[in-house]
Amino acid sequence: MNEIYALLVVLAIAAAGLAGGQMSFGRIALAEVIPYAAAILFLAGFCWRIMRWAWAPVPFHIPVTCGQQKSFRWIRAAKIDNPSTQWGVLARMAAEILLFRSLFRNSRAQIGGGRLILSESGALWLSALAFHWALLLILLRHLRLFLEPVPAFVNALERLDSFFQLGAPPLYLSDVVVIAALGYLLIRRFRDPAVRFISLFTDYFGLFLLLAISVTGVLMRYFTRIDVLNVKELALGLAAMRPQAPQGLGPIFFAHLLLVCALASYLPFSKLMHMGGIFLSPTRNLANNSRSRRHINPWNHPVKTHTYPEWEKEFREKLQSAGIPVEIAEGAGDAGNARTN
Amino acid sequence: MPETLVQIEQKAPRGDWRDPHVEFRKGSICYSAAAKNLGALSLPNPRAWQPMDADWKLPPDWKRIVLDGMKERLKKYRSFRLFMDICVRCGACADKCHFYLGSADPKNMPVVRAELMRSIYRRYFTLTGRLFGSLAGGRELTEDVIKEWFYYFYQCTECRRCSVFCPYGIDTAEITMMGRELLNLIGCNTNWVLEPAANCFRTGNHLGIQPHGFKDSIDFAAEEASEITGLDIEVPINRKGAEVLFVMPSADYFGTPHYYTLLGYLMLFREIGLDYTVSAYASEGGNFGLFSSHEMMKRLNAKIYDEARRLRVKWILGGECGHMWRVLHQYMDTMNGPADFLEVPVSPITGTVFENARSTRAVHICEFTADLIHHGTLKLDPRRNDHWIATYHDSCNPARAMGLLEEPRTILKSVCRNFHEMPENTIREQTFCCGSGAGLGTDENLEMRLRGGFPRANAVKYVKEKHGVNLLTCICAIDKATLPTLLEYWVPGVEVAGVHELLGNALVMTGEKERVADLRGELFAPEAHSVGSASEASHA
Repeated sequence: MNEIYALLVVLAIAAAGLAGGQMSFGRIALAEVIPYAAAILFLAGFCWRIMRWAWAPVPFHIPVTCGQQKSFRWIRAAKIDNPSTQWGVLARMAAEILLFRSLFRNSRAQIGGGRLILSESGALWLSALAFHWALLLILLRHLRLFLEPVPAFVNALERLDSFFQLGAPPLYLSDVVVIAALGYLLIRRFRDPAVRFISLFTDYFGLFLLLAISVTGVLMRYFTRIDVLNVKELALGLAAMRPQAPQGLGPIFFAHLLLVCALASYLPFSKLMHMGGIFLSPTRNLANNSRSRRHINPWNHPVKTHTYPEWEKEFREKLQSAGIPVEIAEGAGDAGNARTN
Repeated sequence: MPETLVQIEQKAPRGDWRDPHVEFRKGSICYSAAAKNLGALSLPNPRAWQPMDADWKLPPDWKRIVLDGMKERLKKYRSFRLFMDICVRCGACADKCHFYLGSADPKNMPVVRAELMRSIYRRYFTLTGRLFGSLAGGRELTEDVIKEWFYYFYQCTECRRCSVFCPYGIDTAEITMMGRELLNLIGCNTNWVLEPAANCFRTGNHLGIQPHGFKDSIDFAAEEASEITGLDIEVPINRKGAEVLFVMPSADYFGTPHYYTLLGYLMLFREIGLDYTVSAYASEGGNFGLFSSHEMMKRLNAKIYDEARRLRVKWILGGECGHMWRVLHQYMDTMNGPADFLEVPVSPITGTVFENARSTRAVHICEFTADLIHHGTLKLDPRRNDHWIATYHDSCNPARAMGLLEEPRTILKSVCRNFHEMPENTIREQTFCCGSGAGLGTDENLEMRLRGGFPRANAVKYVKEKHGVNLLTCICAIDKATLPTLLEYWVPGVEVAGVHELLGNALVMTGEKERVADLRGELFAPEAHSVGSASEASHA
């Protein structure tokens, strides 16, 4: 049922956008008010979440090491997968964030005939990487709408993205990739029994929402042929805090806009915060140097230990008869008070 | 045990994981901790109960205790808060867990194990969960959830294999550790974890061996090592002013095949003339506190630095043990340091400064020995291990918490001539757990251990069939205690040994008597007979 609820909510948002876009009051709300509300929710929520994590200390040094440690000069250390320096950590984090290093290791386990068979499995890594890079490219392309003059790198990205010069307007590769990758991730969620078993509303909702945004975007660009100048006028107005929705944007644009606003508002309160969280993951962002540099725990509470004097007191006779040296002078006072450290 | 008992199958997950009901079956649970052990450690809610009971006799305000405990830990551990928040349920971890592979129980997928906790986190600690409840993935905290936590958090060996594959590095061990801490707050703990902890707290080691018994065991091993080599081998206990405090897991002087590894250490120390002592007070390297709470870990670990300070040694050398090294490497300095009363470890034989242990001042025996071998200071005759065709099991903690991968291999390749690796995705950082770590290695849990150990055994079977492997080497006391049972069931004919047992076999000691048998008393392979006076020593 989760998937159905998620789909219904996304469709409802899209429908609200479509309907609102056909009413003058709706257009004002959708183009001039909701984007600000979404931006505030996004920024405040995002910062709040990051701060919640950042405020929590990292009491222990717990990197997961994925290669040889640095020990001797004559043993080659895995400088990135098991970093011992901050540069190594930087490289490891870059590999995680830009290339999804850990996901790249993915394998598939099958059991047949009483045997375990492990095979390579690159589809999840590839589709996840393709989706995220395509999404980034699309976001950067959208800068064209908010910046005047359009920065050179945005133009360059567009040329790159429309490299194949198919159709008019030219087809962006990123549009194809983002929809294909989202489609794969969604189908995987439905078809892989284990993934289906673990999927929650939010998992489907995120995918449906992103798909709906992509599809409405594609519809505008390739089918209803929206006038980009109108969109830019609105975007620049929004950016300059003087929002003014021009005529002729069409209902699909408002659906697209509302879906984007929904995504931005929802993101800080959802698993999509992984985009910020990954930077703080203590199993990845710490160097494996816990024996060469002391890691400080800010709340290192004292604990009750069983001290040597207490121990010797209990076993003194046995120690002496076994010929194990004892410490405390004969007849010394009660040394057995628990010490806390 | 009948061959048909443990059927390993792949089954598509069914049902809804949010239903917390668990069936407690013998063979797949650990029994409750005895009240006396809770008492010995001043832990809450000591009582007589068992997981199969309907009434767990929880304290009346258990729910508040658990939720307050969660709140406190969310504030104290970034890992906990972050790992509660950022999972996207991509499923990459699902088939990486040995317990999921072996049991086909979908709640053993690491993601679901974490969701058991996350669903409570969402319901009580997030805005969306409080507003939307189950639609936002939240669940009510009920007594059934506590029982479910108990079942599944004691069905995780904290091996961290799933974390290697997680795109965000979410570490199920962290979540399991939190789960166990919370369960400890209301007195839901297992005896296999708490009895060793209570023993260790009082006497200094898991087995509760008192100092005179400890001395007997050590003396016995020293005598046997003397007998084997014809040399006079003695082990100092609680000796002040030694250069090195040697700490090993207590299983080394009490268990088999650990014992042969101990003989290996003793022979090595005798041969190089190491100025060392062992301690009867800190006679346990292992730390079952790791399997119960951070606080307990610190309480038990404190003895090692305290004793090193009292005995005025310069540095600490640690034996072959997996979770002991998780604690020594990642926790000890933070919890009980700084070790400013010790010196930066330097090998007295080779002069090597152990820069990677500059702060904790604790060196792994495999690092120490690999350095000796690299410098050619040991006379080794690997032919004395020709009766073994060995492979190496990377123990989880040294592999995924340290990256101690090549040091043991350096030793192995110098001390034996027949060595074959298991498949790439079952060793090093991708190593499969023995299935009995984190305090699950008890006999009442045997079925689950055999299930969880299946992936490891399967890889051993592969090299047994391909290369005739008859020995699985490892550097973990829990491995040595539990892998023999596992292999006997899945891969009969493969023995288990520590790396320093093979070193002990190959080590040609100055003035030793002619040796015809290995440390187990098994005769060397025929062509290796004349090794007592071997002139050609093998160096790395």
